[in-house]
Amino acid sequence: MAATAPVPAGVGERIWQRFSPAQRLTRFAVYLVIVAAIVASIRTVEVIPEFLADAPEQVVDLVTRMWPPDWGHYPETVHAALMETLHIASLGTLLALLLALPVGILAAHNLVPSTPVNLAAKLILVSSRSVNSLVWALLFVGIFGPGALAGTLAIAFRSIGFVGKLFGEALEEAQQGPIEALAAAGAPWTSRMTFGYWPQVKPAFWSIALFRWDINVRESAVLGIVGAGGIGMALDSALNLFQWDRVAVILLAIFAVVIIAEVVVTQLRRRII
Amino acid sequence: MTPGSPSPRREGTPAGGSGPAALIADPFRPSPWPRVAAVALVAYVIYASAQMEISWERVVIGLENAARFFGRLFPPNFSRWDLLVKGLLESLEIAVLASTLGILLALPIGLAAARNLMPAWVSWPARFIIVTARSFHPVIVAILFVKAVGFGALAGILALTVASIGFIGKLFTEAIEEISLKQVEAVRATGASFASVLAFGVLPQVFSRFIGFCTYQLDSNLRNSTMVGIVGAGGIGGTLFAAFQRFDYDFVCAILIAIISLIMIGEILATGVRAIFIDGATFGDLLRRRRHVATGRAPVLEDD
Repeated sequence: MAATAPVPAGVGERIWQRFSPAQRLTRFAVYLVIVAAIVASIRTVEVIPEFLADAPEQVVDLVTRMWPPDWGHYPETVHAALMETLHIASLGTLLALLLALPVGILAAHNLVPSTPVNLAAKLILVSSRSVNSLVWALLFVGIFGPGALAGTLAIAFRSIGFVGKLFGEALEEAQQGPIEALAAAGAPWTSRMTFGYWPQVKPAFWSIALFRWDINVRESAVLGIVGAGGIGMALDSALNLFQWDRVAVILLAIFAVVIIAEVVVTQLRRRII
Repeated sequence: MTPGSPSPRREGTPAGGSGPAALIADPFRPSPWPRVAAVALVAYVIYASAQMEISWERVVIGLENAARFFGRLFPPNFSRWDLLVKGLLESLEIAVLASTLGILLALPIGLAAARNLMPAWVSWPARFIIVTARSFHPVIVAILFVKAVGFGALAGILALTVASIGFIGKLFTEAIEEISLKQVEAVRATGASFASVLAFGVLPQVFSRFIGFCTYQLDSNLRNSTMVGIVGAGGIGGTLFAAFQRFDYDFVCAILIAIISLIMIGEILATGVRAIFIDGATFGDLLRRRRHVATGRAPVLEDD
């Protein structure tokens, strides 16, 4: 047995370590910062104790006001608003796909071998992504006035960054073999795109589109809170009038639509990919 | 392709007369479905635009407005910076606390939802919690919490905690369901307790992905914590919405610039943390920009 065998001098002195001292120090510093941030946040965050003590009572009140839901409200206003939300999500996604395709192509280095152009395209994508869809909605409500048009544009502009980034990455990961073959045969740029790149990125493209549509259904449900159309407007007016039984119907409708959208997307993805 | 233009391939097929000629007649015939789908899509766009009263005139009128609107946005007005800093700090606090609480709660829930480790009677309720938490936008959840615990940061923290449970829980469950069970079995074969199986068989396999989700969620919480204020749940969102409703557009512009820079700083920090924990980078590496081993990419699943 190794334990009983005499150990030659110097062998046991070497200590194996998973991380170098610099790595351990870095990790420790990150942990320290995290803990410090949590402690600082707990100490400074403003929580009103009276409100907190009141919470169970308020929740009971909320539930009794919400139940039973006012089902009669659904055919009157909620259904139309729900359809409008779906239209906003779908049209916004379509518009985003249309706008994101050229930007995604410009961001792919193997298609447009010019670093300044790539960076400019990436800047467009980053700025689209770093502005929340509610902020886009606020801006478009300021420009086009309240309504579904502002919501559709907000969804579209928020989605450009997402679709363009993922589409550009899919293009960059495309195999060069078929494209070189097409180029060697003298194929023009359009043919290289449609017969070389498109078949390779098609599954990724449809999967991105479906995934974004699923997210957009969720997002378009809140845009109405800032006046950008859809079921959020119905929710906002019901909330302002404290009609909690109507709020319950609206929330259940959103829940149902979101679940249905997720199921549809999962099924379609399975077919396409 | 019209029937009048037969493909040249048709002559050369070794059909032999008896084979199903229709099958080999034209192997390159395009499927009609993309065209049908395209027509349906155009019809849908027209129908939906008409339903929502979107028309070209409205766009044109809007574009005229846009010039005036952007003229009033600039130059940004930072004179009320104290209000701005206070709001941003509150948003940061909401994001930090919501991420902490969300991660702590998502760990057991995500574990309970993994079908390869847990019996069905445990995993189904856990999956239901995750699906429910995911299906509502944080702002809608925030509305309910504002009613329950009153205006202020606490409602925002709780709303974003729910969102974090949904997102991390889902991804954590998927990560656990994809692990190799060989290591779990090996640890189990030594007679280890369930806790040891988790600590030595399961967690090492999912740790790096878990770090990815957590930094991503912190980033996402930071974005949303600037928005929940719109419904009164604390943070800079309330200031933003109030300024917007007062047509105080130059202050709106200042707030937007501040929010976007905060989010970008958050994204850089998240990338740094991923590089440290997943690629084993040190501060020196980060400063020297040696992140060539950048496997610490955010998960592709992006949920805003």
